[in-house]
Amino acid sequence: MLSDKFDVQIREEDRYAVIQTEGYLNGPRGESLAETAKNLMQKGHTKFVINLAKTKLINSIGISILIEIIELLEEREGVLNFCGLTPTIERTFKLVALAKYAGIFPDEDSAIADLNSP
Amino acid sequence: MSKQTDSEVVLTIPMHPSMELVAAQTGSLLAQANGFDENCIEEIQLAIIETCINAFEHSKSDDQRVRIKFIIKDNELELKITDRGVGFQLDSDKSAQGSELESRELRKRGWGLELIKNMMDDLHVDSNENETTITLVKKKPES
Repeated sequence: MLSDKFDVQIREEDRYAVIQTEGYLNGPRGESLAETAKNLMQKGHTKFVINLAKTKLINSIGISILIEIIELLEEREGVLNFCGLTPTIERTFKLVALAKYAGIFPDEDSAIADLNSP
Repeated sequence: MSKQTDSEVVLTIPMHPSMELVAAQTGSLLAQANGFDENCIEEIQLAIIETCINAFEHSKSDDQRVRIKFIIKDNELELKITDRGVGFQLDSDKSAQGSELESRELRKRGWGLELIKNMMDDLHVDSNENETTITLVKKKPES
């Protein structure tokens, strides 16, 4: 069943930050997620994982905001990897070319390992 | 006026934030009951959400409502999503072909329609200056 609950959890490590979302990611929630990412960038983070394992639906406005986060990171020579995507979300990311600008990994460990690779 | 059969469900939602989820949830339950797999159900939900938010954002409808008719057939689910807005031309919606990082507004409109096309098996737009009906069809994968 769908839920209208939305939650963002942050985990900051020395060399990267992980943002985990829960619930439907639409425009206003995407803006909230972008604010979270901007705050982390202002603290010096440039390497991010966004874990979408608990997000089963994203609309096109939410996607456009994710791309804005990627654009902000590109200005800082940063990196963003996604993980935990449903097959439909992964297909959507590829369709809108988001996958060209961010990594897609099956789980958080592999997404983090990629951030830490030389 | 056509007679409604047992295989049809009609839902009317107000154009309020997140009400598209109610339509998506209804579509999900009907698709599930009709034997669609999980991937198909997610695709149907996304197509419903995108169609509804397009209507919310662009229809300029006076009554601020979207009507969704779910028609359950043997091997497919057909959706007719109607708003009483100003209508639109399909050609005026830029597609996401190539999909480089374009302007945000273009992305929002263009991608919505492109996503719907890709998630569903058939898309038909019937639009005039008083009303728009988007007909979407999802066929059940052959097992």
